[in-house]
Amino acid sequence: MTEKKFTKEHEWLENRDQIVIVGITEFAQDQLGDIVSIEFPQVASSFKQNDVMAIIDSVKASSDIYCPIDGEIIGINEKLLEQPELINQSPYDEGWIVKIKPSSPDQLNSLLSKEQYDNLVGQNKE
Amino acid sequence: MKLIFNYNQSNTNHTPQENDVDLPEELKRGSLPLNDVNEIQIIRHYTELSRKNYGIDTNFYPLGSCTMKYNPRVNEDIAKLPGFSNIHPHTPANHAQGALEVIWELEEILKEITGMDAFSLQPAAGSQSELLGVMIAKKYFAEKNETRTKIIIPDSAHGTNPATAAMCKFQTVTIPTDKRGNMDIDEFKKAIGKDIAVVMITNPNTLGLYEENLSEIKNIAKENGALMYCDGANMNALLGISKPADQGFDMIHLNLHKTFSTPHGGGGPGGGSLGVKLFLEDYLPIPRIKKENEKFVFDSNKEKSVGKLHSFYGNFGIIVRALTYIKSWGVDIQKISQIAVLNANYLFCLLKDDFDVPYDRRCAHEFVISAKNFGEKSTINIAKRIIDYGFHAPTIYFPLIVKEALMIEPTETESKETLDEYAKVLKTIIKELQEEPELVKNAPHTTPGRLDEVKAARKLNLRWIPNES
Repeated sequence: MTEKKFTKEHEWLENRDQIVIVGITEFAQDQLGDIVSIEFPQVASSFKQNDVMAIIDSVKASSDIYCPIDGEIIGINEKLLEQPELINQSPYDEGWIVKIKPSSPDQLNSLLSKEQYDNLVGQNKE
Repeated sequence: MKLIFNYNQSNTNHTPQENDVDLPEELKRGSLPLNDVNEIQIIRHYTELSRKNYGIDTNFYPLGSCTMKYNPRVNEDIAKLPGFSNIHPHTPANHAQGALEVIWELEEILKEITGMDAFSLQPAAGSQSELLGVMIAKKYFAEKNETRTKIIIPDSAHGTNPATAAMCKFQTVTIPTDKRGNMDIDEFKKAIGKDIAVVMITNPNTLGLYEENLSEIKNIAKENGALMYCDGANMNALLGISKPADQGFDMIHLNLHKTFSTPHGGGGPGGGSLGVKLFLEDYLPIPRIKKENEKFVFDSNKEKSVGKLHSFYGNFGIIVRALTYIKSWGVDIQKISQIAVLNANYLFCLLKDDFDVPYDRRCAHEFVISAKNFGEKSTINIAKRIIDYGFHAPTIYFPLIVKEALMIEPTETESKETLDEYAKVLKTIIKELQEEPELVKNAPHTTPGRLDEVKAARKLNLRWIPNES
């Protein structure tokens, strides 16, 4: 299993055999509070890095989820339609959001490491 | 309390029977499970329901940024006059001079209050007024052949501001709030440029604080050719005291139904309005109302106008109420804001030692305190517990930049006794949180149960289905 990468917008990515799995971080789910619904992108649609690809609604706010890498959506976590709370309960595992086939896998290298992301979140907490 | 469907007085036979109506077969429904209920039972049922309602007429309702002020009955008396309430929207202008004069006069007064050069009362709400303002900005820059794609909005703004920007296909650039509760001027300077169409600012902002750097912001915006838009939803702090046009704004919207009474539209439609500087007047929606040789006429001959925004001319009933309200205050209008600000500061001072105060400054018409020191989710628990003491909760968890926020706007119509009582209730609840936390966590205890807003959002169910309850 490869190491997770992170974005400043609080998404995580994991590269498994040229397929990138994307979700939101523990910090993000905690900030959002109880998540009540998610609006997915169309499977087979393409996005550029930093495009808005999904919307998460929580009891507090409606938040954009940005596409962390150029590519095509090849799968969505349909379980979340019935159980959006999985994002709260298991953000790094059962609460994954989309699978992307990256068109420029090199972009992964420019994203944050776990350590860099933890530092960023540490600053936000103050 | 019983649902109307649970009454069973089947001896009245008032429910229409299938053979009463001559309908084609395919239009007839299989069953219609309405119970027969006699007239007095219906009256009792709905009277009981109405008594469960909570409104500004029953008790204090300090929702932040909603300006829940008393709705003077004289407004209703005037709005009910047959000349106003029975007038048909198709009445020709020369037979509707009084109604047109009401609209024209309110526009004139709002010009005076805001310092703007022209007003339209056509928008139906604050949000639609914003939409109009940004549509005007879009058209204005298109005609100047300038490509501007972004709108600057501070992170303390009303949620409608970025929504409006998105509706008009602009990108939002969010500016953080600084330690004093103002839009961070250094971040603003980094974000401003020739691609910014509008700087959209709520003043006072949703923290209840007056933006202190407005004149610098205005100068920088002007240097870059951007328009200054004021979300005037919080104008209850500034009536007769400061004019948004003098603060550097090119446009402002006012919510007729909150600043000028009839909060939340009094249960009916609300009313918006948009004021602009002279150079933007021609973009206002048609028809405009014009005074020509002592007569009032509709003028639709405006080439640059963004078009029509609302059927006929706005929500006329709210226009009548707003004018009545302003006229009953007359030149004393600034007392509204003076007392609203005084009330907010008084209640703020009563509570500031008990709560965390994210921005400790003299507030305007409302203030924001935080319950974060009492632990996570304490704000929702406090809000629920307030219900047990017979009061309405304030706005909670907004603005989003303050953790465990309580946003309180008492308005000018509340007495010192009410404010004292509300502060006492909040202090009591804090004591309970420390001594009997379960009592607060499981509140309210005086209602049929504790509503679960998460479940309500996840499994929304508004429909009654026979045999389910």
